[in-house]
Amino acid sequence: MSVIEAKSVSKIYNPDTIPVHAINDVSLTIEEGEFTAIVGPSGCGKTTLLNMIGGLDSVSEGHISVSGVNIADLNEAALTDFRLKNIGFVFQSYNLIPVLTAKENVEFVMLLQQSHQSAMDERADELLTKMGIKEVSQRRPAELSGGQQQRVAVARALASKPKFILADEPTANLDSHSTESLLDIMAKMNEEEKATFIFSTHDQRVIDKARRIITLEDGRIVSDEKK
Amino acid sequence: MNFKLAWRNIWRNKKRTWITASSIGFAVFFACVMQSMQLGSYERMIDNSVRFLTGHLGVHQLDYWDEKILDNSFPEETLTELNLGHESIIMGVPRITSFALASYGDKTKGALITGVDLSLEAQFSYLENKLREGVYHTDNGALIGAGLSEYLKLGVGDTLVLLSQGYHGVNAVGKYPVAGVLKFPVPDLDQSAVYLPLGIAQTFFGAEGMITSYSVLLDDPDATEQVQSQLIGDSDVYEAMTWKEMMPDLVQGIELDYYGGLVMVYVLYGVIGFGIFGTFLMMTKERTYEFGILNSIGMKKSRIQRMVAIEILLLSFLGVALGLIAASPIVVYFWANPILLTGETAAAMEKFGYEPIMPFALDPQVFYDQGISILLIALFLGVYPMLAIQQLKIIKALKE
Ligand SMILES: Nc1ncnc2c1ncn2[C@@H]1O[C@H](COP(=O)(O)OP(=O)(O)OP(=O)(O)O)[C@@H](O)[C@H]1O
Ligand SMILES: [Mg+2]
Repeated sequence: MSVIEAKSVSKIYNPDTIPVHAINDVSLTIEEGEFTAIVGPSGCGKTTLLNMIGGLDSVSEGHISVSGVNIADLNEAALTDFRLKNIGFVFQSYNLIPVLTAKENVEFVMLLQQSHQSAMDERADELLTKMGIKEVSQRRPAELSGGQQQRVAVARALASKPKFILADEPTANLDSHSTESLLDIMAKMNEEEKATFIFSTHDQRVIDKARRIITLEDGRIVSDEKK
Repeated sequence: MNFKLAWRNIWRNKKRTWITASSIGFAVFFACVMQSMQLGSYERMIDNSVRFLTGHLGVHQLDYWDEKILDNSFPEETLTELNLGHESIIMGVPRITSFALASYGDKTKGALITGVDLSLEAQFSYLENKLREGVYHTDNGALIGAGLSEYLKLGVGDTLVLLSQGYHGVNAVGKYPVAGVLKFPVPDLDQSAVYLPLGIAQTFFGAEGMITSYSVLLDDPDATEQVQSQLIGDSDVYEAMTWKEMMPDLVQGIELDYYGGLVMVYVLYGVIGFGIFGTFLMMTKERTYEFGILNSIGMKKSRIQRMVAIEILLLSFLGVALGLIAASPIVVYFWANPILLTGETAAAMEKFGYEPIMPFALDPQVFYDQGISILLIALFLGVYPMLAIQQLKIIKALKE
């Protein structure tokens, strides 16, 4: 079964005043293990699409199902819980909890799922090691570089083994070196953890690393190529 | 976990934490100091009046309070029938009071004659402290108010003539050397008071062994009613009245002033409330993005609310604790060392019969009440962040 199935999805902002058709009739399927980039010029609808897939925003038309569950059927609390258990998020910037250490940040989603401390410890250490940031695990976000913060964010997104990870321009605030290494780590996690990644980007170097590239223009899919 | 997060969150923005805590603390501090001062002035007023006029409890013959005449006096020796053993009773003083005409030379004036045990009275009403001239302890002389002394042009060593109607209508006439002049802050009293040793007064009024009142002083005014119920047993000759019953004007005045003070406190609550609300508003606004992130990665709103609720609780407790800690030494200090007023304020107060001091009350109830009230206000205002989290829209929050 596909992880994500979007059927004829549209998003219209401000339907009552000045309607903005941010996404127009988009259908797409994402399979387990994909490493997919959503690309396109600024304002083409990347963020809007990812937000709808992640259950952060509602669809105006069409529907999206994640692992066979139509997310529009869930009420707010159930949807929050659904996100917790099924979706990992990496945002463009500052999305770690500032008062928690790197390790505590990674443990946070597991904690929300009431995992055992020993299991959390083990998983966090494992991920931080794989990410190559084990030595900074006791630091708080403010004491980490942007690249390190994003790696912690990826580790946090992976921690509870979600069905897939959504990353909206994860490298937008990073320099080219950090961008490269973050992408390498994501690719590695895609291999080792069998984690499904969907990320949006403008960056050609990031696009080059993707195995599937979906291109949006004015809210429509204009190309969808697999390498 | 919620607690750990909350605890760290409040120390994340130290400045905001201190601003919020200190505005809460300031409210508690100010309210405590204000109320302690207010209650202190009442305590002082009550103490003065009780000592000088009525006692916490006054024992009279049954009819005396309605008709304050010598015929309604009672024999002092029957005081032994009273239950004076209650542990709250510090002391009691016998007094005989009535009116007379006081004259000297060609001047005459109405005077309030009070026969007292001068030694007891010195401890009970601090009468001795009012002495301005002459001597206090006298066997057969009179102590007169300075106003009366001026009016009659009568000084220490001169002889005062008193004329009145005594017990059961007998003629009362007497001549008394002035032993001392007393200065009273209340003009009425200053112009009419004449104190005589108890025995001398009784002889003057032809009321040997009789007194009109026996005033009792308690160490704990709150025990007044309890002592009252025991003091006279089931006598149908005496009654024991409380100071509240005997001085309804004072009680009313205090109540009025108290409500005035309460209005002040409410205004303070309002002002501080706005301040606290402002910081909560700021906090909510500043952290909207963070709440959005937490919610999107799967932290339920209810859980975010719980976390913020703990933060607000911690902050409020911190603020209240700060306020109480700051207020207590000040209140204790001024309780032990009342502020002495000087200049015009002092003069004005003396004119109205008050001592020119600002005493503080030391009443744990004040601290408790103010602490709880302001805590409740802070917690009530904490509803706003809760609602804001409830209304949180992730997409909007992530754009902050
Ligand atoms: N809340 C909103 N209200 C109205 N219009 C919106 C809103 N959010 C986005 N839009 C519009 O929807 C369109 C798609 O926006 P979106 O943010 O999805 O683009 P994007 O591809 O992520 O752009 P970028 O690369 O700059 O991040 C844009 O035209 C944008 O102006
Ligand atoms: Mg975007």
